[in-house]
Amino acid sequence: MSETHFKTIDAGEAVASVAFRTNEVIAIYPITPSSTMAEWSDAWMYEMKKNIWGDVPYVYQMQSEGGVAGAVHGALQTGSLATTFTASQGLLLMIPNMYKIAGELTPTVFHVAARSLAAQGLSIFGDHQDVMAARQTGWAMLCSVSVQEAMDFAAISQAASLKSRIPFVHFFDGFRTSHEVQKVAYLEDDTLRALIDDADIHAHRARGLTPEKPVMRGSAQNPDVYFQGRETVNPFYDACPGITQSIMDRFAKLTGRQYKLYDYVGASDADRVIVIMGSGAETAEETAKVLNASGQKVGVLKVRLYRPLDAASFLKALPTTVKRIAVLDRTKEPGSAGEPLFTDVVSTVFEAIAANAAPFKTVPIIVGGRYGLSSKDFTPGMAKAVFDNLLAPKPKGHFTIGINDDVGHTSLAWDPHFSAEPKNGVRALFYGLGSDGTVSANKNSIKIIGENTEGYAQGYFVYDSKKAGSITISHLRFGPEPIHAPYLISEADFLGIHNPVFLERFDLLEQMKEGGTVLLNTPFGPNEIWDELPRIFQEKLISKKLRFFVIDANAVAKEAGLRGLINTVMQSCFFGISNVLPRERAIEQIKNSIMKAYGKKGEEVVQMNLRSVDMSLEHMFEVKIPAKATSLKELPPSVAEGAPDYVRDVIGTMIRNQGDCLPVSAMSIDGTFPVGTAAFEKRNLAQEIPVWDTATCIQCNKCVMICPHSVIRSKVVEPALLANAPSTFKSRDAIERDWKGQKFLLQVAPEDCTGCNLCVEICPARNKSEAKLKAINMRPQPPLRATEKENWDFFLGLPEYDRRKLKIERINQVQIQTPLFEFSGACSGCGETPYLKLLSQIWGDRALIANATGCSSIYGGNLPTTPWTKNKDGRGPAWSNSLFEDNAEFGLGFRLSVNQQMEIARDLVKKLASQLGDDLVTGLLEAKQRDEAGIYDQRERVKILKEKLKSIPGQTSARLSDLADVLVRRSVWIVGGDGWAYDIGFGGLDHVFASGMDVNILVLDTGVYSNTGGQLSKATPRAAVAKFATGGKSSVKKDLGLMAMSYGNIYVAEVAMGARDEQTLRSFLEAESFDGPSLIIAYSHCIAHGINMTKALDSQKAAVGSGQWLLYRHDPRRIAQGQNPLVIDSRPAAMKMEDFYLRENRFKMLTKTAPEHAKDLWGRSQVDTDSRWALYNYMASRPVVPAAAAAPAVSAAAPTN
Amino acid sequence: MPIDISAEYLGLKLRSPLVPSASTLADDLDMLKKLEDAGASAVVLHSMFEEQIRRDRDELFERTEQGTESFAEALTYFPEIADGGLKPDERLEQIGKAKKALKIPVIASLNGSSLGGWTDYAQKIEQAGADALELNIYTIPTDLDEPGTKVENTAVEIVRAVRKVVKIPLGVKCSPFYSNMANMAKRFVDAGANGLVLFNRFYQPDVDLENVGIRPKVLWSTPQAARLPLTWIGILYGRLKVDFAATSGVHTGRDALKMLMVGANVTMIASALYRHGIKHLPVMEREIVEWMEKNEYESVHQLRGSLSQINCPDPSAFERAHYMRALQTPPAA
Repeated sequence: MSETHFKTIDAGEAVASVAFRTNEVIAIYPITPSSTMAEWSDAWMYEMKKNIWGDVPYVYQMQSEGGVAGAVHGALQTGSLATTFTASQGLLLMIPNMYKIAGELTPTVFHVAARSLAAQGLSIFGDHQDVMAARQTGWAMLCSVSVQEAMDFAAISQAASLKSRIPFVHFFDGFRTSHEVQKVAYLEDDTLRALIDDADIHAHRARGLTPEKPVMRGSAQNPDVYFQGRETVNPFYDACPGITQSIMDRFAKLTGRQYKLYDYVGASDADRVIVIMGSGAETAEETAKVLNASGQKVGVLKVRLYRPLDAASFLKALPTTVKRIAVLDRTKEPGSAGEPLFTDVVSTVFEAIAANAAPFKTVPIIVGGRYGLSSKDFTPGMAKAVFDNLLAPKPKGHFTIGINDDVGHTSLAWDPHFSAEPKNGVRALFYGLGSDGTVSANKNSIKIIGENTEGYAQGYFVYDSKKAGSITISHLRFGPEPIHAPYLISEADFLGIHNPVFLERFDLLEQMKEGGTVLLNTPFGPNEIWDELPRIFQEKLISKKLRFFVIDANAVAKEAGLRGLINTVMQSCFFGISNVLPRERAIEQIKNSIMKAYGKKGEEVVQMNLRSVDMSLEHMFEVKIPAKATSLKELPPSVAEGAPDYVRDVIGTMIRNQGDCLPVSAMSIDGTFPVGTAAFEKRNLAQEIPVWDTATCIQCNKCVMICPHSVIRSKVVEPALLANAPSTFKSRDAIERDWKGQKFLLQVAPEDCTGCNLCVEICPARNKSEAKLKAINMRPQPPLRATEKENWDFFLGLPEYDRRKLKIERINQVQIQTPLFEFSGACSGCGETPYLKLLSQIWGDRALIANATGCSSIYGGNLPTTPWTKNKDGRGPAWSNSLFEDNAEFGLGFRLSVNQQMEIARDLVKKLASQLGDDLVTGLLEAKQRDEAGIYDQRERVKILKEKLKSIPGQTSARLSDLADVLVRRSVWIVGGDGWAYDIGFGGLDHVFASGMDVNILVLDTGVYSNTGGQLSKATPRAAVAKFATGGKSSVKKDLGLMAMSYGNIYVAEVAMGARDEQTLRSFLEAESFDGPSLIIAYSHCIAHGINMTKALDSQKAAVGSGQWLLYRHDPRRIAQGQNPLVIDSRPAAMKMEDFYLRENRFKMLTKTAPEHAKDLWGRSQVDTDSRWALYNYMASRPVVPAAAAAPAVSAAAPTN
Repeated sequence: MPIDISAEYLGLKLRSPLVPSASTLADDLDMLKKLEDAGASAVVLHSMFEEQIRRDRDELFERTEQGTESFAEALTYFPEIADGGLKPDERLEQIGKAKKALKIPVIASLNGSSLGGWTDYAQKIEQAGADALELNIYTIPTDLDEPGTKVENTAVEIVRAVRKVVKIPLGVKCSPFYSNMANMAKRFVDAGANGLVLFNRFYQPDVDLENVGIRPKVLWSTPQAARLPLTWIGILYGRLKVDFAATSGVHTGRDALKMLMVGANVTMIASALYRHGIKHLPVMEREIVEWMEKNEYESVHQLRGSLSQINCPDPSAFERAHYMRALQTPPAA
């Protein structure tokens, strides 16, 4: 046995390290929560790390998981050792290939961070729905329950697959295991070498396709032999469990860790047993220990090898005394006889009983239940409830545990206070804001304990559903023994509150254990803080006898030169008072870790952090807690006053972090939710908000257009309407000639603003006397909050300008239209959302939006609150997200449906013409509906139509009533990011291009997969550093627009609102009015560009100014007028690519890590840009070929496979 | 007998007294090679600005770490830079490359912003192989409460600190705006300077009427700017054991000659090369040779300092008495 080295890592890193070292080709694609495994692999390839045979594995990103599976299949078929990592829908996309790989008896391992599937809603969190959807493919399935096991099973599955020739899915719980940080015994190269037989590799290699010894695979077989061929593999499946166990035994000899295919733990004479897979098995095991210690006889059977299910081993593992078995499935199979593990156990047991081969003394009762979907916590209290259920005379079957099912009444009740945690550990909770360093400091603390002491540590991190102003909650456990507690902390010994804003948002001390310690970062000192605390906080400090410490961490950090980075300060305080380590030793370890962690950031940064450690302890004070609570401050409601009941009771509960308490009846049955709920969540994120200077303002409304969060609005109203305005409400005579005599208003939503500063940046007006000031200037929010809230409410109550009278081709006029997309949870200063807001302003009341999965579906549709909303008439965008890969087709389906319904409705109108009257019928059928007035008139006609239909009996009338609304023109939008449009969804997108159908495609192009953390896409510009392109992207950015233009009948535009907003507006108007497919590729600055987001518009200008981003419009309608369809709106480049690249760290990064390579790529990028400019100019100046039809061609025939 | 135009500066033997000064001209290797081919006797590389290097590094980490650990799907947005993954600053690399590519001496230039930064980067520059180091002491004190003595002491302390940690010759490029330039020159020399580069020119802002704002604008020096270094080199020559490099306003061979005659070891040129191109360098050299031939000088060594204050026929010409006279003389048309 080799010497054990411990590392403190999460399962993602642990698994990736084994997969990387035991493979040669790794095909990857990002999908949460498996992306990190791919990211590690790519980074290690860049660092030239080697596998156990001394080679650097080749890691290659594909366009989709389907592509990954194909590439892995190909690599395997040619004799390489190949692997991948995936989850959820990604695994589903691999299924067709998985059948092939298994059918050809090809050894490989797919490592799966098991995750929910998109059903009534998408979830990125963990359960077994994805792996259960692949259980029929013929792959072996090995499940690990912890970080240590994930590392171990990655190795075991690799060796077992090579030996058995059965491909393996190795899976573990997404997030709960993949992202849990634990101290693990690291598998060294020697261990891996000893585990894998060279002969197996040789045999695999020998089966590889080679022209030297040609064979063919992949034949088409007929009824005569296919069946027989399918049965040839049975012996391999029969042998697989034995082989896997033998590898496990070999592994035990190498490491001392013995695993069984079915590991039973608990009383040897247990009468009740839980059968379970995944991290929940740890919880069940710890619970069983506690119950057995109190005299009960229970046990847990951990299923490790789920496929091939080895009935004999399974039965042998169960105690013969068992009378009742509960099988827990972390999945849902609606309409089935039971969830898959349950039905497998039932059939295994009863088949044995029928064959008289069962070892049990009595026939056991077997019940099944579901738990833990979408990472729903599975606690010892819940495990106990499952054991308790088995005590009932008639145990409940098909139950759920962990929710309150007041509809189907499936749920078991549980005791939330039941604990299985050891008494000798420390449990700590930390509330921080995203990016404030709290999580990284906590990860560092775990490493300190895990790698520098004999103790053990565990960390799990809960993040927000919003990207701006997000909250993080860190759950840390420390103890002298290995920690087996894969569930959230419910009773903490320590609570770190890293920002005082949490005091008024949550009942923070609810989770505190009596006698625990609380540390608060606050500007108030120990003598002042008491009066600042909410009543509930004071009461619980007293009732739970808590110790309470305060520190002004921001001041300490500032004094140390750390510019407000409080992580080291708070970490030092934690170690100073938590007793996890003796204080002196802890401080020494923190200082050591600072030198290690910050060394690459420079000596000054190291010194500042070191300085802050000592200062922290000097500036931390214990607060003397009075005997009685004195505060009158109550926690404010989680949603704004006036919110509908549903928002208040359901959404509000989620906002308070209490969504776990909502019963089944509170949830929508089919994933349908009301719109506009973001407006009720007042997040008050901005430190500063824009304030309008009416005298300087030129009323251009550019600020309104660029605002990513729809918090700055304008209106034009009659002066008389302002008679009752609040005293601080601002207005000014409208400058616009069309609005003569009216008042122009500009108003900010103070509680919804994120303080991104883009409005100030774009403002073209300057104060004549003080040039640093513009027409809007950022000012501290707190003193303005109350008055501006009143002004905002007044503003909202004012009528809107008649949309029919607006010249929407002008920014100042179009921007007084109310956005129907407001207060999204996107990053502060997001570059995508202004485009969506523009869409919503002009066509929102008649838009159908198909939204690809990605950033826009998350800030657009992630609960609890969502931004798409409706106008005063109740109309607004109807929005839906299907999948990542199918969005173009999904949106096309909208159009097909709408067209069909419209045709039906038109036919029905014609059929009822005599009863409806000629004028109405002619109006309805011949309405142009090309502008706001046309839409308005048609709506009026439809209103009349509906009225008339009420008095017309018969089925025709009834059918027309159902479909009448569709006679008003629908604006169909297909929206997504570049990961969708350029990569995974391109096939479908291309098909939609070719369809000729009237859809508007908006590609929000950030040049990376932004939502999953900035991975390379085919839209990534050459030379940019991205995940999966650590060494900079070496190939040119795909020219999606050029591809679309090649069809000839597609409207195509490339826009950058931050550089030329009027060109953006013009493109949108032209695209929507084009009766055929329209493609708008919109430059979207992004946090993943490594830019100063408050200056992001300068980046857009530089992208356009350098020619990297080309502004153009290709309108096939121009051909009919004898004009070239392509108009280039960009001017010749006024700056070099280098000057643009120097603005953004996605490019600059490479100059710091590989300067020579950067120079080469930068040079080639300049050539790319120059060539593209030349090509587009050539295309724009070509003579028009009259034969090219301007009218979009509707596809004549359905395509065939 | 051929005219000997060789010079010596900071202990370096140079083929002529014409040295391109620190500027963007000395940014890339191709340009440096062209300068050498055009006759430059040494090059001063473009200044390394500690502040810029630090800001670039801080910004790299700050911008690539923004938004991290906030949202479960995107815990980071960039690949992590591995320990040791950051290459040394490219300007340091440039020193080594320049040394390899050129036969003439390479003088590095450093503009620090902290004492630790000055010494740290000075050592790195020495390790990178520079033949000499020019300390570009460039500060514009704007603190109303900071006395001049503190400003002066800080500057001297920088020179002393760097001297302690490097062995290569040190030039100090400084401002003329000290209460007593002579005293400061002496203090720099006492602190370890081997050469004084007189003087630094300051970037001064300009008003941008088109965009209504202030923008930094670099102005080329004019021949009139030569008077200030000429004055002070003339005054200091022979009174301090130190080399002098004249910079600012050296646009022609005749300008260079004037500097040499008041005591400069070398003259540094930038604006003239920006204005006329690198081809101007041999033109200047030819002007020097022609003038020396015409006036029967044998070597630069011979004429150097011949019109300094201590050697010129009228020493008061460098001082106030001459100032009074000058005021009474109408300017030339």
